[in-house]
This record gives sequence, structure tokens and C-alpha cells, in this order.
Amino acid sequence: MSYLSLSDKDKKEMLSKLGVDSPGDLFRSIPDEIKLKRRLRIPEALSEPEMLEYFEHAGLRNDFVKGLSFLGAGAYPHVIPTVVDYLSSRGEFVSPYTPYQPEVSQGTLQIIFEFQSLICQLTGMDIANASLYDGASGAAEAVLMAQRLTRKSKVLVAKTLNPQYLQVICTYIRNLDVELEEINFNESGRIDMDDLRKRMDDTTAVVVTQSPNFYGVIEDLQAISDLAHENKALSAVVVSEAVSLGLLKPPGEQGADIVTGEAQSLGMPLSFGGPFLGFMACGKKFVRQFPGRIAGQTADEDGKRGYVLTLSTREQHIRRERATSNICTNQALCMLRAAIYMETLGKDGLRELAVRNVDKAQYALEKLCELPGVRKLSGPIFNEFVLEFDRPWHELEGVLRGRGLFGGLAVGGFSSGNDRCVLCCVTEVHRRGDIDLLVSTLKEALKS
Amino acid sequence: MIREPLIFEISDPGKRAYVLPESDVPAREDALEDVPLRDEIAGFPQVSEIEVVRHFTRLSQTNYCIDIGLYPLGSCTMKYNPKINEKLAGLPGLSAVHPLAPEESVQGNLEILKRSEELLCEITGMDAFTLQPSAGAQGELLGMMLIRACLTGRGDPRTTVLIPDSAHGTNPSSAHVCGYKVREVKSNPEGTIDLDDLEANMTEEVAAIMITNPNTLGVFEKDIRKIASIVHARGGLVYMDGANMNALMGTCRPGDMDVDVIHLNLHKTFSTPHGGGGPGSGPVGVKLEMEPYLPMPVLNREGKDLRWDFDRPQSIGKVRSFFGNFLVVVKALAYILALGPDGIREVSEFAVLNANYIRKSLEDEFYLKYETDTLHECVFSDKKQLEYGVSNLDIAKRLIDLGVHPPTMSFPLIVHGALMIEPTETESKRDLDHFIEAMKRIAREAGENPDILKSAPHHSYVRRLDETKAARNPVLRWTAENETRD
Repeated sequence: MSYLSLSDKDKKEMLSKLGVDSPGDLFRSIPDEIKLKRRLRIPEALSEPEMLEYFEHAGLRNDFVKGLSFLGAGAYPHVIPTVVDYLSSRGEFVSPYTPYQPEVSQGTLQIIFEFQSLICQLTGMDIANASLYDGASGAAEAVLMAQRLTRKSKVLVAKTLNPQYLQVICTYIRNLDVELEEINFNESGRIDMDDLRKRMDDTTAVVVTQSPNFYGVIEDLQAISDLAHENKALSAVVVSEAVSLGLLKPPGEQGADIVTGEAQSLGMPLSFGGPFLGFMACGKKFVRQFPGRIAGQTADEDGKRGYVLTLSTREQHIRRERATSNICTNQALCMLRAAIYMETLGKDGLRELAVRNVDKAQYALEKLCELPGVRKLSGPIFNEFVLEFDRPWHELEGVLRGRGLFGGLAVGGFSSGNDRCVLCCVTEVHRRGDIDLLVSTLKEALKS
Repeated sequence: MIREPLIFEISDPGKRAYVLPESDVPAREDALEDVPLRDEIAGFPQVSEIEVVRHFTRLSQTNYCIDIGLYPLGSCTMKYNPKINEKLAGLPGLSAVHPLAPEESVQGNLEILKRSEELLCEITGMDAFTLQPSAGAQGELLGMMLIRACLTGRGDPRTTVLIPDSAHGTNPSSAHVCGYKVREVKSNPEGTIDLDDLEANMTEEVAAIMITNPNTLGVFEKDIRKIASIVHARGGLVYMDGANMNALMGTCRPGDMDVDVIHLNLHKTFSTPHGGGGPGSGPVGVKLEMEPYLPMPVLNREGKDLRWDFDRPQSIGKVRSFFGNFLVVVKALAYILALGPDGIREVSEFAVLNANYIRKSLEDEFYLKYETDTLHECVFSDKKQLEYGVSNLDIAKRLIDLGVHPPTMSFPLIVHGALMIEPTETESKRDLDHFIEAMKRIAREAGENPDILKSAPHHSYVRRLDETKAARNPVLRWTAENETRD
């Protein structure tokens, strides 16, 4: 393929205007000794049919797609309304630049404004940004933000936070003067409030909790936020399954100062992990330390309403090394998908979807707990849960795989070194028959 | 054009755009009896499907985009986004795959990742690549972390990073997030790094220099090997911001220029769409010494299979969840495979031809601070037009009236009133000439009728917007109270 647009005549005219014989002559500023003296050793050019063949063949090598999966753990299977793909594939959404010239970018800017508003409504907070890379980097930015706001050095993070999010937080704070401690959890699957109380002191900048947490359990956010505030620390809540906000009381109404997380569930396919959609929201008073792009409403010369990127003095292109974050390109097209998704599902649709997830997960949980030797955590769940079996999960997994089933993610579970636990996710995509098949196959596996 | 309302303003109870199938499992309200549930989502829209479609379709029509015309944005490389890439990234066989699926069941996707790493190594001359960073800035941050880890491994992470005064804002910002202090290195009258200033600043406290090559003026740092040797001699490392890779492909390679670590922008050089602000992808390439520090997991070929390696004790950790923006990588791989070795080289050759054609065509009307040869971009300033009270902002807004997106403005900081122009290789001569004619017309108008520039744009969906008011009285979300109807 070629995407060049110059005719032979054009090339001649342009080269002649520049007084050179070939484009290669324009590279005289590059010392000869540095120049590559051979062709690049990459495959010869392909045509479109050959490209399709290459990638379709890759798809065929992904057996996963033929199977039935109950994997969640930070990436959730949901139905995506047709309009999401249809509208977000428009060239006017796919191919524009960042909206730094607002007069020609009102589409993107108004959508950012709508997205920010929707996130505020969902999370119960005052301000939201135009997106971050993913839930994990959102969690990291929340920690950095809390540290800037409080100027304190201790960060308490729930052990029930998605382990990848914890890893990313640790990577981000490695080179900074921040000390991280993990809060233990108990047999309910929720964090241990006594442990949190013990670890909290006047050097604590923030408490970071996830709800529903990595094990699927819904945390008591009000109690956690209250405790944080008593100690002049901030409460940062991470939500990795955004659909849960359709039903559960928003973190903003349970004392959270910062709400961040992953909005992949709102219109992104599983995508083998990316691109996803980090979101972040906070109280009005923290706006100066808030990272990420923000769109604001204003008026033009004729007094008509319009939208612009605003409060840019927080950002890298103005503040450089004193910026609140180094983020530049974010996840705008994913944000667009989420805006379309939220506006399509709407007030009633999102709540119904959340309720459906609860119903499906409860059905699965009940049937699975009827199997011999199966235990569950006692805490309330949304659409994910941990099960403990009486033998190693990988043995059972083998049988499931043989039937094209991906039963869930092996997790360490609530007793350390436990290889008998699995994290299982059930959403509206799973039909009753799918769940029954999982149950019956496990029943068989347990007998053997 | 009629102003499109906010979705909240056309929302009303009773309208639905989506219907779930009937449930095939029992209702279980009892399950969350003890859990605080929300009231209805106050303010959340209630609209029909046609209203959603019209809303977003009309909004899309107020956006300028590559599919409409040229973006002469310096250092952004706004090239054409091939449509086949969108189709490939949408193949369910690739996109309906869970990142935590067992390796044996996703060998197709793993092959895509590994092949991309290998091809990027060959194009850049580096030894290993990670595809984890989600954007250029995240790649820069990772690059800084790798440098710190590598130097710590040698015994001393050091404290400072040298950054040229022409650098992009993400450079010092990323260094800072990594805990480094920033010290500026001056440019000389040719617009390249001043070697004496570099020598003076290159102390044992300096961990690295962050360079862009060609730099933000479009000028090739011809002393790059000397720069590298000054830095290496004092135990520092060389980081290259690969944003301007579009000038070099197939002609020379950063790895051959003694660069230790580089980031690329797939949404620039490798044609993946900008999407109005992402998603991008910022892969990072390193020389062998830094390989052990790469984020985990690392993908290895073991015979015919591809396996993740989590046993990486020296890894800096992770910069994001899972493996990066996989579907963006799919598009970049498709692009590289579509072009092949000659096509890739031609990208850079014609990017440089197009940029030099513009430079030659406008050098009489607009002030060029540096006489030095430029490659794929050039930087004019508004100096001549300022004599009539016309600034680069006015020039930018008038271009909108003439059907072109403005160039990058006010950057790099070393050129006052900068207009940074990078057409890319996918532009036709007709579109280049349209831009050139528009700029020449503006230069004439500056002298004859400056007011028409200062009150531009006149024909756009909105007139010039009050950005001061937006920052002074921020309205950052819709609430029922702040409804303003036109």
C-alpha cells in the first residue's frame, strides 16, 4: 500500500523549485556516517487483501474467542450498543487532533463537557477530567494528587485493590518521597477497619480503596472515608467496574475526596487490555491540583455558548516541570465511546443493566455454592466473586479448558499461598445456559 | 449553523434508546439489602436512539479533521489514518480477547505484539522494545524510570536531567514526575544544542540528556554523536524523544546514533488516529544494558510459542495495567506491513520534501529565525506581521476562515510568536498549495486589512472564544441550574 499523494508531475515541480534532483538530496544535514546503508529488514509491502489475511489468521490463532469466558479482574465483558461503534467510527471523530483550536473542535469539546458531566453524575463529585490512560494510572495519579494536596508522605492502600493497580502505583511513587502501607482484609473480603485504624496517623496523606474490590466485594466506603477524615487524610476510591455505579451509592455520596477508576465497561471491548479509559473526579476545592485535560463552558464574541480546554496552567504544555501531571494525549476516542454508551443506556438503562449483573452473578454464585466443598467470601458482591474449592484450581481449570470454558482467574485468595481460589465474573452477556454449563462442568471436574 | 444543545437539554423521562433482553434468571433485590444503593442517577440523560445519532452526528460535523483537510501541526505528524487499520483493529478475533486469558489461547495476539516489537527494533536500531506505555508522555516517564534504574544499577541514580530550551513540555514534566531536577541547555544560532553549554552543564550529577532529533525546529542535531559522547564520558545516558521520527525512517536510526533509550508515538509516525486526543501509544526502545529494567511482563519466543515472562527481578514494575494499547499497536503493525521497507523510507523522504516545499514557498512572506536546513518541519515566526499588530494567534484564527487548521503555535519557546509547520508525507501538492496560498493571503491582509485578521474567525461554527472567562469562572459540568440556551 501507499498513502502518498504526489503525482510524477508534482514531484518534478517541487524538486525543481527546491533545486534538487531527488528527495534524498534534502537529507544533507544528516552526516553520511550515520546514514543507513541498507534497506530496512522488514517484510515486503502488503496489499489490503494480504493484510486482512495476516490479521484474520492471527485471530484464528486466538482459541479464546471460540470459548465461553468468566474472566473479569479489571476487564469486563459487556454488550455494546450498535450506535457506539457506528458513531465513533466517523472520520470527524477518529481523525481530528486534540482540540487546542476550539473554533474548529466544538464537537470534541462539547462531548468532553458532556462526558465530564456524566462522570460527575455517576460518581457524585463536582469535577471530572477528559480521561486518563486507564484505572491503574488513575489510581497512581490519585496518590500523587493526594500527596501534593496534603504534603504528607504516607499512603495507605487496601490489599483488596487490583494488584496491577497497586503495581502501577508503586512504580509511579518509587522515585518520590512516599511511603506505602497495605491495609489487610478479613474473611468477609472487605478491608479490616481495625487494621486501617492502627495504620492511620497524622502522616497519612490518603487511604486508597477499591469498591467493588478486586475480590468482587463491596466495601463500606462511608466508614473508610470517615476514618480518613478524622485523621485529616483524604479518601480516594477506585472503581474498576464502572457499571456498578449504575446501582451502588456513588463514592461521592460516601465521603470520597477523589474518585478514579476504569470505564472500559462503558463501551470498550475487552481489547486484549487496551485502549481502556481511566476516569477521575474530585471535589471543587481540589481543582488546582487535579491532573488531566478539562473542558469548560464559555461564550464566543457573539455571546453564544461554546467550549474550550481550560485551566491549562495545571498542564505540561504551560507549566512544564511544575505541571500536575505529564499527561498530554489521553484516551479521547474511548471517552467518546463511553459518552455515547452512557447517553444511549441512559438513566434507566444503566440501572437496569447493573441490576441484571447482580441477578446473573447471584444466580451463578448460588448454583456454584451448591457444589461440594465450595466456599465463598461473606461480603456482598456486584458481578464478581471469589470461590474456594477443596482442591487446586488448576486441576479443575484443565477440565474446563477441555470444554472450551475459561472459568475465571486463579487468585491467591484469602489465606495466603492458597492455590484453590478463583475469581469469577458474571455479567449480562452470560446466559442462564452458559452459567449452567459452567456449574455442570465443574461438578464433573470435582468428581474426577 | 444552529448550535447543538447538550444532551441533558433534550432529555426527558419516558424516552429510551436501549432495551435489554428479558432476564432468564430470578430477580435478586435481596442480595444487596445491606449495601447502600443510589437514588436514580440525577441528571443522567433519557433520550431515544435517533436523538443520540443526530446529536453525535451533528456534533461531528463541527469538527475539523484529517479526513477534511491538512493539519500543518509541527511535531504532531498529523498524517492520513488508513481505513483498513480501523477494520483490522475491529476484528472480533483480535478485540474480543480478554488480557488475562491463558497464553496458549491467545497466541495470535501475542504474535502481533512480538512482531511489532521486532519491527520497531529494526526501524529504530534499538535492541528491545516495550509496548506498554499508553502515550508519548507515558513513554517519556518510563524512559526516565529506566534511566534511573540503570544508573542505580551502576551505583548512583544522580539528580538532574538536561533538556534543551527547545524541548516539548512533556520532557521536563516527565523528568519531574520521575523525581529528577531539570536543567536547561541552550541552543546555538543554528538552532541546535550548544556543545559548549552542554560541556559546562554535563556534570556527574546529570543522569541523562533528553534530546529530540530532529529537534522541534526541524533541524537535525548533526553533532548527535558528539553530544552522546560528552554525556557518556561523564557516565550519563542519552534519551531521545522520538516524536519527530517521521523525518528519519529508512534513512538513519537512533540506535546507530548512540541513543540509549527512545520513545515513539504510534499516533504520530505510525499513522494511528489521534481521535481528538487519544488513545495513542508510546512504545519505548532500549539498548541491551537497559533491557532487564523493562516493565513486566516481557514477551519471549520459546520455540514456536510466545510466553509472558513475569520473573523480572530488576523490572521497574508497570506503568499501566495489562500490556498497553493493544488495538492501537494492531493499527501501527498493519501500517508497517502495508508499507514495507521502501514505503517506510519514502514516508520520511516525502515528509521532508513536502515540508521543504512549504518552507521555500513562504520564506519571503514569513520570518524564519534559523537559516539552517530543516527536515520534516519548519518554524516561522509572526515577526513581520507584528509590525502591523498581527500576531501568530490572529494568523491562526484567520486560517480557519480559509479552510485550514492552524499550525502549532507559540512553540518551541525559543522562537517568539512561533508557527511550527509539519505537513507530513500524505498531503497532495494541491493541498499544500492551498495552505501556501492561504498563508500568503494572510500576509497580504496583515498589511492591507489587519482588522479582518484580528476579528477572525468569521465563518466558523463559533467565533473566537473567551478563554480567559473560561478559566476565571470555570464551568466544568452541566447542572440544571447553569442551563444557557441560545
